[in-house]
Amino acid sequence: MRTLQGAVATKRTDVSEQLLRIEGMSKAFPGVQALSNVGLDLNAGEVHAVVGENGAGKSTLMKVLAGIYEKDTGTIYMDGKPVEIDSPVTAQSLGISIIHQELALMPDLTIAENIYIGREKRKWFGLFVDNKDLNRRVKDLFERLGISLDPRTKVANLLVAQQQVVEIAKALSFNARVLIMDEPTAALTESETEALFGMIRDLKARSTGILYISHRMEELKAISDRITVLRDGHYIDTLDTAETDLREIISLMVGREIKGETRPEVTTGTRPVMLRVEGISTKSLLKDVSFELKKGEILGFAGLMGAGRTEVARVICGADKADSGEIYLNGEHVHIHNPADAARLGIGYLSEDRKRYGLMLEQDVNFNILISSLTDYVNVVGLVRDEQGRKTSTRYVDSLSIKTPSIRQRTDNLSGGNQQKIVISKWLAKDCDILIFDEPTRGIDVGAKEEIYALLNGLAEQGKAIIMISSELPEVLRMAHRIVVMCEGRVTGILDNSEADQELIMDYATRAGAHGGIAT
Amino acid sequence: MTQVKAPEAAPKERAAPSRGVLRRQLQQFLAFASLIVLMAFFSIANPNFLTWSNVTGILLSTAVIGILALGTTFVIITGGIDLSLGTGMTLASVVTAMLLVTWGLPLAVGVLGGILFGALMGFVNGFNVSILKIPPFIATLAMMLIAQGLALVISGTAPIYFTGVPGFTDISRGSLIPGLQLPNAVLILFALTAIAAVLLGKTILGRYTFAIGSNEEATSISGINVRKWKIIIYTLSGAFTGIAGVVLAARLNSAQPALGLGYELQAIAAVVIGGTSLRGGKGSIIGTLIGALIMGVLVNGLRIMSIPQEWQTVVVGVVILVAVYTDILRRGKGG
Repeated sequence: MRTLQGAVATKRTDVSEQLLRIEGMSKAFPGVQALSNVGLDLNAGEVHAVVGENGAGKSTLMKVLAGIYEKDTGTIYMDGKPVEIDSPVTAQSLGISIIHQELALMPDLTIAENIYIGREKRKWFGLFVDNKDLNRRVKDLFERLGISLDPRTKVANLLVAQQQVVEIAKALSFNARVLIMDEPTAALTESETEALFGMIRDLKARSTGILYISHRMEELKAISDRITVLRDGHYIDTLDTAETDLREIISLMVGREIKGETRPEVTTGTRPVMLRVEGISTKSLLKDVSFELKKGEILGFAGLMGAGRTEVARVICGADKADSGEIYLNGEHVHIHNPADAARLGIGYLSEDRKRYGLMLEQDVNFNILISSLTDYVNVVGLVRDEQGRKTSTRYVDSLSIKTPSIRQRTDNLSGGNQQKIVISKWLAKDCDILIFDEPTRGIDVGAKEEIYALLNGLAEQGKAIIMISSELPEVLRMAHRIVVMCEGRVTGILDNSEADQELIMDYATRAGAHGGIAT
Repeated sequence: MTQVKAPEAAPKERAAPSRGVLRRQLQQFLAFASLIVLMAFFSIANPNFLTWSNVTGILLSTAVIGILALGTTFVIITGGIDLSLGTGMTLASVVTAMLLVTWGLPLAVGVLGGILFGALMGFVNGFNVSILKIPPFIATLAMMLIAQGLALVISGTAPIYFTGVPGFTDISRGSLIPGLQLPNAVLILFALTAIAAVLLGKTILGRYTFAIGSNEEATSISGINVRKWKIIIYTLSGAFTGIAGVVLAARLNSAQPALGLGYELQAIAAVVIGGTSLRGGKGSIIGTLIGALIMGVLVNGLRIMSIPQEWQTVVVGVVILVAVYTDILRRGKGG
């Protein structure tokens, strides 16, 4: 079935100019089938975009091609011949180079040193690097690519966009015929993006094939020839960019129907505002973020990775500092300098990374549930009333049905769902009225997810105000009364659940703010 | 609290202690058992070992290292380290000598001054670690040098004797309980052990010490002012260092400015032998006391068996390796 689709995609291109073809590729990680039987092909001189939601399998696919992951099944063809890619070195020798999402340059080395690191020409019995040769080679490379940077400049002194250019030059220095770009414009301004596109068109003219991953829908129109959509690790379809529109791509990306799933029945429009956030900005990402959170409300935060949702949460809970903006709690202006302030004000944050930010794994269930509210259990002499504390934690273990043999059990031995419930208990014990959940069901299996949903609904009904950051749109639509959509550090839309659907949210989530101007 | 219906009730076997609890008890038992085995070995090797005077001798020689180790157990459980224990202790004893001998102030003022000065050094360490974010190893290494230098400067590089201060040596050498020939230094060690055990096991300070050592970021996100508590913990450890300084000075009847370097490593060794993890999050006061006693017994026993000093040091090194490695083995099996 899938192979058939792959074959259809293949038919569209002239086989003679086909550079790369992937057939039936699968890759599983513990607990996740990241890729199932995916097919894809790339022609010389083509920009082939690969799109999909978070977790669709794009990055996994690219990492297999680059030799970073090993595939489970499937075949990769270069120039029609099957090849084995078992390491990044093999990939490079085959002419496949990847430019990573995160820049991987060494800041204290020069441009030239970075580009040829490990491949330098040596002199004097191999003890010294021939710097003259190095700089000349890089100068030649830059001339061919039309780059005007001095190879002797330290990378630390370059702008992010210039570093990106160095990364591309490095990739091409391997004589790459297939160039993989993972979100290359994520850190670029509009004019820098234009410059990058100029370079990509140059590469196309030189018959380089480019696999291009991006979350920015408008860019695809501007730069790609074909677009392949992945969803949940499956190949969905390949479209000619000229014959499609963003609407179609987004609906293919989102795909699945929300069958028989409920939505919140009540609206929260008239309820009192508990938390008001006004114009929060940070130098690194957030721009003028404002919203209101009402009593008994679940406020969903949707957006793509890097949209700034977690950063907003971290500012509200005092883990990070905002450079400007105000926070009002029940109408009162509050200053939150650290998480201790937030906790005192009744704001609890539940990170998606429970092991890092949520739990003291070596300690037991009782310890973890009580840690935030310990001061409530101190007697006159300053000793902790353990008996009282154990009663409390036992009560939470019962009411949240935390499955543990005993409250003395170490938390690293419990499942993700139960760990999440322990973190929830911690904040309930502290009597928090505002709970910020960052990906509350990540890493939690299906059955336990339902329990967490029921728990969240129960808490909202009791009048707690909940912020729920989630990358799973069906989850957001099912749980949230209202939905804040973010893109690149800005709030691009606040929707009532009744007017929201997955397409509309994705539309807002891909509306790059001021410098998204490459739109068609 | 929540009205969420549980699909199935959690198993209720809370009365029985879990494997984790048993393991913790086992670990203390193992340390204690090794102490007993050691003592049995030495008493068979030399009948003089188990005499009252030798045992009190061991306890007296353990007192100073033990007091240092007790205080620094807190720091180590937070995942920190304090290299300024030894020379900090020396500086505290020199300060006490200055107050009592040079300035002729009352005994209580001198003793309290020494302890408070120790606490002040701990405070500075805590400030440097938690506010200035200097790694504990570096911050306390610097303090080690500063204290060493200051002790020499203040004393003019010569020992200061307490001969003219009546009652001072009784702090360590006297015997508070009549009839029982147990030096006060040992009583102080036991009393401080009890205090430290209560602080670590029964107070908020103790809980936060474990929390910070288990996961500092999660502790902070949980609404605990980690910076403040780290300063408090280092200050507490500093106070113990100050007490050790006074006890040592009283035992020697003098403040010896050149002494002290190396005590910090012995104290850290005692803590580690007692089962406290240098990675933080795990440890006990009783374990530290046993660790210090194991060190004291080892050194004393080897000396009684006429094993040269050089070899004693080698044996102590090997014991540290064995103790820590068995801990790693146990941890690995525990999962």
